[in-house]
Amino acid sequence: MDINSLNPIISMNNIGKKFGKIWVLKNIKFDIFPGEVHILAGENGAGKSTLMKILSGVHTDYEGTMRMHSNHKGTLNNHGSIIHPSSPLEANKLGISIIHQELSLIPSMNVQDNLFLGRPLTKAGFIQDEKQTIQALTVLKEVGLNISAYDMIEDLPISMQQLIEIAKAISIKAKVIIMDEPSSSLNNKDVEILFALIKKLKEQNCGIVYISHKMDEIERLADRITVLRDGEYVGTALAKDLPIPLLINWMVGREMTNLFPKMDKSIGKEKLRVENVNIYKSNDPSKKIVNNVNFSVNSGEILGIAGLQGCGSSELLMGIFGGYNKQLTEHIYLNGKEISIINPSDSIKNKIALLTNDRKGTGLILSMSIIANICMAGLKSLATRGWRNKKNEAVIAKKHGSALQIHAASFDMEVNSLSGGNQQKVAIGKWLQIAPEVLLLDEPTRGIDVGAKHEIYSLMNEWTNRGISIVLITSEMPELLAMSDRILVLHRGEITAEYKKNEASAEDILEAAMGKEKVRR
Amino acid sequence: MKIKNDNIFDLVKSSAGRATVAFFLVILLGVIFNADGAFFKLGMHRDALRQASVFGILAIGMTVVIITGGIDLSVGSILAVSAVTFSILTIHLEWPAWIAIIACIIVGGGLGAISGSLIAFAKLQPFIATLAMMTFARGAAKYITGGQKISTYITNAEGEVVIKKLPEIFKAIDSRILGGNVAMVSIIFLICLVVVWIFLSKHKWGRELFSIGGNEEASRLSGVPVKLTKFIAYTVSGAMCAIAGIAQAAQETQGDPEAGGGYELTAIAMVVIGGTSLNGGRGGMGLTLLGILTIGYLEKILSINAVPESGRLIITGVIIVLAVLTQRKNKK
Repeated sequence: MDINSLNPIISMNNIGKKFGKIWVLKNIKFDIFPGEVHILAGENGAGKSTLMKILSGVHTDYEGTMRMHSNHKGTLNNHGSIIHPSSPLEANKLGISIIHQELSLIPSMNVQDNLFLGRPLTKAGFIQDEKQTIQALTVLKEVGLNISAYDMIEDLPISMQQLIEIAKAISIKAKVIIMDEPSSSLNNKDVEILFALIKKLKEQNCGIVYISHKMDEIERLADRITVLRDGEYVGTALAKDLPIPLLINWMVGREMTNLFPKMDKSIGKEKLRVENVNIYKSNDPSKKIVNNVNFSVNSGEILGIAGLQGCGSSELLMGIFGGYNKQLTEHIYLNGKEISIINPSDSIKNKIALLTNDRKGTGLILSMSIIANICMAGLKSLATRGWRNKKNEAVIAKKHGSALQIHAASFDMEVNSLSGGNQQKVAIGKWLQIAPEVLLLDEPTRGIDVGAKHEIYSLMNEWTNRGISIVLITSEMPELLAMSDRILVLHRGEITAEYKKNEASAEDILEAAMGKEKVRR
Repeated sequence: MKIKNDNIFDLVKSSAGRATVAFFLVILLGVIFNADGAFFKLGMHRDALRQASVFGILAIGMTVVIITGGIDLSVGSILAVSAVTFSILTIHLEWPAWIAIIACIIVGGGLGAISGSLIAFAKLQPFIATLAMMTFARGAAKYITGGQKISTYITNAEGEVVIKKLPEIFKAIDSRILGGNVAMVSIIFLICLVVVWIFLSKHKWGRELFSIGGNEEASRLSGVPVKLTKFIAYTVSGAMCAIAGIAQAAQETQGDPEAGGGYELTAIAMVVIGGTSLNGGRGGMGLTLLGILTIGYLEKILSINAVPESGRLIITGVIIVLAVLTQRKNKK
């Protein structure tokens, strides 16, 4: 692609945005050319989403100008016309489509009604179902989905829903498609489908804005990269001129030579052992999500669990923890003693903690204070005969909060108003408060920025140093490889491989995750 | 990144601040429309509090339930069951007052516990479960009494009307103390309020109520006994209805199976005007106290100004909307 010969589809210049008296964006320059993937990078809170909300008509009150060049191959003196989308619908009409991180489909409606939501095909006000079906099927085929237009969204897996969102963008003939962390809920196979689709969209001269925290995705997809930091424009560069270390440098404004802190550690004797974990599907008890899994983790060890989405790893940890309110292991031993875990309270009593993979949905009480959240799991022991000690709670929350470097104006603040990274630290703080022996971490760095990730990795080393055992699920391969002392690979609920540190390559793990049986040592 | 609103409600950032403003606006209304100085008489304030007390007791239990993200539509009907039970036990059967009171609280708490079980253990939606209880309890109140009001006038087997003596407990509850300046029902209301308030703010159970309302699944995975906590919430609400029913019976000197019709809506309005969120997880007893006083005073001010019932209802409806709109204002 030779950018110089083209006009951008859209160019945004001197974009500024204030909330109240605070500038969240200042003097931002951003343009999108046809047929490119333009990565928008920056830490959480850098202003990426705000910028994209301006582009997609969500925020209508901003400074600066946006121009749209309808003729892609026009001459250079074509300055385009100023646009100012005043609603998402208007942005859609201009050919700008956004695919949000949290999907915006309506679960209780069928595929075609979702595709045509807000712009149904009508005749005298009545919806023309048949016409919609035909058009829906065409566009579904285009994204490689072989489903009925009458399927309910809620019955489809997340990955398909994501593709339907993209189908929606295609069906409005979007010239610019904004994807905000589209792969965060996809497994590797679906990511490949997504990437193939992106390639196809590029060929059709679509401009794609892609927001991601995942370095390997950026490396694979990027044509150009624009970096924002704290609401300011850092720069735009061709992907080949911006290798990852430099990109991270641009993003965090400081050198971060090593994302994964190294540490010598000593691994002790066996801490937790589970035998014959079996978890059945709740709606179909004849099917197993987890099939006869055995593993053990030693004191001070990080055991990584790898697998594609649907491999059962999250369910495995949830089941061990007692999250399904029944004992799903045949035997479970802690420090060599057999224990019984039927519900989360049992786990907490035995000092086993589970950081769930969805901090907003299942980890935190967003409407409550940092103190209340940190003290939640240990409330029973913090309260004497049921009566709480507020002073003590504040002291304990402070202690864990400062160890985790939670940045907040006050610990009485609602968790709601914290950034993703700080929220995650509060969720972690809740479990550190019970002085855990085993930490089950399900995607501990999901959706948080590079700086906060680095801090969490350092903390994990600190915990193992204290003898805590960690079981780690992560969908980020570099994280898995760097942090784990041992790696188990799950495929459809069964362990297909086990590796020691530095024994496995990403390719090996992926192969095992896709079902190739390895000899387990 | 804080989003600022450039409006007057910036002055009051917290729910408590806004509820206080709403209350004082109503008081201001009273000062302006003081009905030739009637508003400045002590008796007017005593009566405002007395008349709000029965609703207030219901609103206490309602707050507990709403904090969990639930609702209790059955409060008016359980109040009626309690009122008729209390009247039968004390007037007809001449039980000692304190045993009758305990029996009523067990009955009311028991009905609340049934709702609580349906919601916590059978996983019915609170709206459905308490709607069913609302109907059931009303039916029960009518069944117990045969549809008749239970008063000191009793028709015996021969068809003669016998007049029984009104038990002392009725007079005691409907009395005034502290030189006639405070109604006994108001004292009962305040005691209930303080006790539940202390549990909400200082006991583990209170914290767990809020956490369930904020995020039930996260609470469960943090070892909070979700089912038990919810069950207790509805039981407490039922017990509050029982106390309110006793007070109502004492004030009316009879047990009316039709008593408390529509009271659930007033109780909900009081909680919501205070600023406790119907979504659960946010709010508190202090806020509800402000809500109770706001509605209580509003009703009283309208009545001393001789506003007819039709006008009172219309104005109260408007005030509820306004109060809730201001509560929502600074949510973001």
